[in-house]
Amino acid sequence: MVQNNDDTSITRGIVSGRLTHSETQANFCDLHPALSPHQASIDASRCYFCHDAPCVTACPTSIDIPLFIRQISGGNAIGAAETILEQNIMGAMCARVCPTEQLCEEACVRTEAEEKPVIIGQLQRYATDALFDDGRQLFTRGEDTGHKVAVVGAGPAGLACAHRLARYGHSVTIFEARAKAGGLNEYGIAAYKALDDIAQREADYILAIGGIELRYGVKLGTDFSLDSLLGDYAHIFVGIGLGGVNALNIVGEDNNGVVDAVSYIETLRQTDDLSSMAVGSNVVVIGGGMTAIDVAVQSKKLGADTVTLVYRRGKDAMGASLFEQELAQTNGVNIILNAQPSEIKAEGDNVSAIVFERTLIDDAGKCQGTGDIFTLPADMVFKAIGQKLDSELDLNDINMKWGRIDVGETRQTSNPRIWAGGDCILEGENLTVSAVEDGKVAAEAIHTSLTTATLTTDGEQG
Amino acid sequence: MADLRSNFAGIKSSNPFWLASAPPTDKAYNVVRAFEAGWGGVVWKTLGEDPPVVNVNGPRYGAMHADDRRVIGLNNIELISDRPLDINLAEIKQVKRDWPDRAVVVSLMVPCEEESWRRILPMVEDTGADGIELNFGCPHGMSERGMGAAVGQIPDYVEMVTRWCKQFSRMPVIVKLTPNITDIRYAARAATKGGADAVSLINTINSIISVDLDTMAPNPHTDGKGTHGGYCGPAVKPIALNMVSEIARDPETLSTPISGIGGISNWRDAAEFIALGAGNVQVCTAAMVYGFKIIEEMTSGLGRWMDEKGYDTVGDVTGRAVENVTDWKYLNLNYITKAKIDQDLCIKCGRCHIACEDTSHQAINTVKDGEKYYEVNDDECVGCNLCVITCPIEGCISLEQMAEGTDPRTDKPIDSSYANWTTNANNPSAGQE
Ligand SMILES: Cc1cc2nc3c(=O)[nH]c(=O)nc-3n(C[C@H](O)[C@H](O)[C@H](O)COP(=O)(O)OP(=O)(O)OC[C@H]3O[C@@H](n4cnc5c(N)ncnc54)[C@H](O)[C@@H]3O)c2cc1C
Ligand SMILES: Cc1cc2nc3c(=O)[nH]c(=O)nc-3n(C[C@H](O)[C@H](O)[C@H](O)COP(=O)(O)O)c2cc1C
Ligand code: SF4
Repeated sequence: MVQNNDDTSITRGIVSGRLTHSETQANFCDLHPALSPHQASIDASRCYFCHDAPCVTACPTSIDIPLFIRQISGGNAIGAAETILEQNIMGAMCARVCPTEQLCEEACVRTEAEEKPVIIGQLQRYATDALFDDGRQLFTRGEDTGHKVAVVGAGPAGLACAHRLARYGHSVTIFEARAKAGGLNEYGIAAYKALDDIAQREADYILAIGGIELRYGVKLGTDFSLDSLLGDYAHIFVGIGLGGVNALNIVGEDNNGVVDAVSYIETLRQTDDLSSMAVGSNVVVIGGGMTAIDVAVQSKKLGADTVTLVYRRGKDAMGASLFEQELAQTNGVNIILNAQPSEIKAEGDNVSAIVFERTLIDDAGKCQGTGDIFTLPADMVFKAIGQKLDSELDLNDINMKWGRIDVGETRQTSNPRIWAGGDCILEGENLTVSAVEDGKVAAEAIHTSLTTATLTTDGEQG
Repeated sequence: MADLRSNFAGIKSSNPFWLASAPPTDKAYNVVRAFEAGWGGVVWKTLGEDPPVVNVNGPRYGAMHADDRRVIGLNNIELISDRPLDINLAEIKQVKRDWPDRAVVVSLMVPCEEESWRRILPMVEDTGADGIELNFGCPHGMSERGMGAAVGQIPDYVEMVTRWCKQFSRMPVIVKLTPNITDIRYAARAATKGGADAVSLINTINSIISVDLDTMAPNPHTDGKGTHGGYCGPAVKPIALNMVSEIARDPETLSTPISGIGGISNWRDAAEFIALGAGNVQVCTAAMVYGFKIIEEMTSGLGRWMDEKGYDTVGDVTGRAVENVTDWKYLNLNYITKAKIDQDLCIKCGRCHIACEDTSHQAINTVKDGEKYYEVNDDECVGCNLCVITCPIEGCISLEQMAEGTDPRTDKPIDSSYANWTTNANNPSAGQE
């Protein structure tokens, strides 16, 4: 349970220090504490070592789950980590952030048998923690092939792609706009899921394979273009995520206190002292995805008095899993369903309330306003209604669909020398694990292309 | 409730559950606690001649754990009682006096010389103990000195020592047999010939429980060296059950009472031993792992089950299953079974399939109408039971008799008559038995 200030006189407005340093630290402790060796061995023993295991099918990266669990049972946690990382180089982060209740653990036969799956995610963390504590490098760069590949974006998709290419011996240069690697692992994921600097430790582990040069602070569109890269590199992988945020397009959106959730979380993730984060007393979050849940829960953990999450459709349509919805509720977040914002009210320039209209889903599945209005007091409003691809970007005329990059099965774009993956592609599932899979699949295809096809002089594939 | 009182080879006890001769019965303190907890009797930890033996000061026990750390096998390198004889005898006398309705049997192991037995037996008789048990089973330490299993492995010695004991005392004599032999019936016959009132079995099985891969020494080890020890606990129960049934079926020993020992951990284990011919049972490992309170589950479970089945006394159960233990050659070869998977219970783990596919008869299909669906193919199923055993859901897969029609595997019509190997056309010596 979140600790809150007992103080009856609640300070209104967006202020820092609602809780003491130690209170926030307690609130932001590990969501699932690491398993002890004893717990790991008891839980590993629950795995049936299924044939054609449904958990493996359910994992976007197809980790051999029964094998790694059996390795844990045998006291071979490093071997288990090797099994995991072989398929998913971000196994450590995925162990913490995957919605396992919708993926492997939902598929686990023990969910069907007794509604209590093997705790695959936590066992995966046990194995990868053992590896990171041990420090040994499991992967070596392949013999230099002389081929050069450019990767744009050092998020999960880009890093996974770069790592797989390095294993094959290709030279990779990553162009990253920010000052750190990891993408949303570093700047987006909820703080209580990514303690102990795990995002950086994992990125360092990935880059330590060698053969990958990472250039920070260089932005596609501003500092270079895809066209310019095509001159120096055989192939390009684009893994730039979704830089833009969707607007509410309602009156009052410009007032002080109406905040983009993703950039707020970014600041939160980078601060050393969480109690310095300013947060409102009455916080309203608009949206139903992981970002909405995360900003709501973290606001509560920072000491907001009331946090209300409002989503325009029903529970089942929410992007956040049932587990995440329950997490929000047990942390004291109120969830209001079937309501959409119509106007933000302000006192002076500062937000004071937000007006909602109740909605209905019509037969065509569209969300319609009903004219039924209610108002929530608010001194802070978070917008978490989804991200989009930076519309200003010049992506070299590669085909787009519904605002995202259109790719084929191998994640190749309409330009045969450019691949893309992660959140920026149409098929992107907005999960770390699927971004990793995209990077891996694209790297395999790029490797095949580099080793089987010859390039004609004008750079087109022959 | 059923009457659990027991009369085993003339020794009376309040229930058929005795603690086997081992650490739980090493001294009055333990035995009194056991009686307070409800145990029907004890076989006192084996006494030897003075000066007493000396145990190692390093670890004595090793264990085999299941995945969840439950102890499924225990091994030990402990010797017989390391306390002076007179202290043990005085305690036995006092305990027997204080607990007249419980059985107190004294386990003995002295050198294989007439004089040694002649000397110790009157001392034991003087305690008022209900009987003696001859420890011909300890497979480690004592056997190096020509006692324990070293005697139990030679039927002539078993008979000789048993006869001395009958000659020099009036107490009932139980001969405890070692399983470290090729055929348990020889030792049991020897004990019977020597006049034993009963046999008890099994003692522990010679074993090395595991190897410490860091120090490269067997476990448990003392100062870098280890030795073989005696294995017991749930893992040895099947071996003990078989040996008990062999003695219960053997014409030469079938009327010798049997005290069943080996891996008994709950009432059901005990009932199985009794059904195969045991008159009572002894327990060691389960008590060492869980303490004496387990007796409550054992007596209440056995009593309830006997009530349900309409058995009034333990004697009504003894040997009930013996007639159904037979030789392989008499099994009905016309009896056809096929595995059947209950689709409502199936959780689709696929273990039955992979076990059958990789290691047996390729009789479990995986797909139906494009969906994962595990189903037995009667054309291939030989009814071996492997799928039933591997399935994690109890009752999901069962073997069902195919009583009529044609067996799709052999294309032969099912014959409802009984036919065994002795008359089978493939048996070169058919008709000779
Ligand atoms: C608040 C929040 C919480 C989330 N929680 C979870 C969760 O619990 N579990 C889960 O599985 N997923 C979660 N996700 C989704 C997950 O983080 C993303 O699906 C995943 O990070 C996508 O990886 P990516 O590599 O495609 O993009 P990103 O992680 O966004 O990485 C893109 C990288 O490209 C760089 N970049 C962007 N534009 C440019 C440019 N023009 N030039 C150069 N570099 C550029 C960025 O700086 C970044 O490093 C969450 C997302 C958010 C926003
Ligand atoms: C630590 C230990 C010491 C034992 N000591 C003796 C002994 O002194 N005399 C004896 O007859 N059997 C001894 N046994 C064997 C047990 O009495 C019993 O026959 C054997 O453990 C099998 O029963 P269980 O599976 O219930 O443990 C000992 C067993 C153990 C575990
Ligand atoms: S589905 Fe569950 S039980 Fe089966 S292999 Fe996967 S984790 Fe193990």
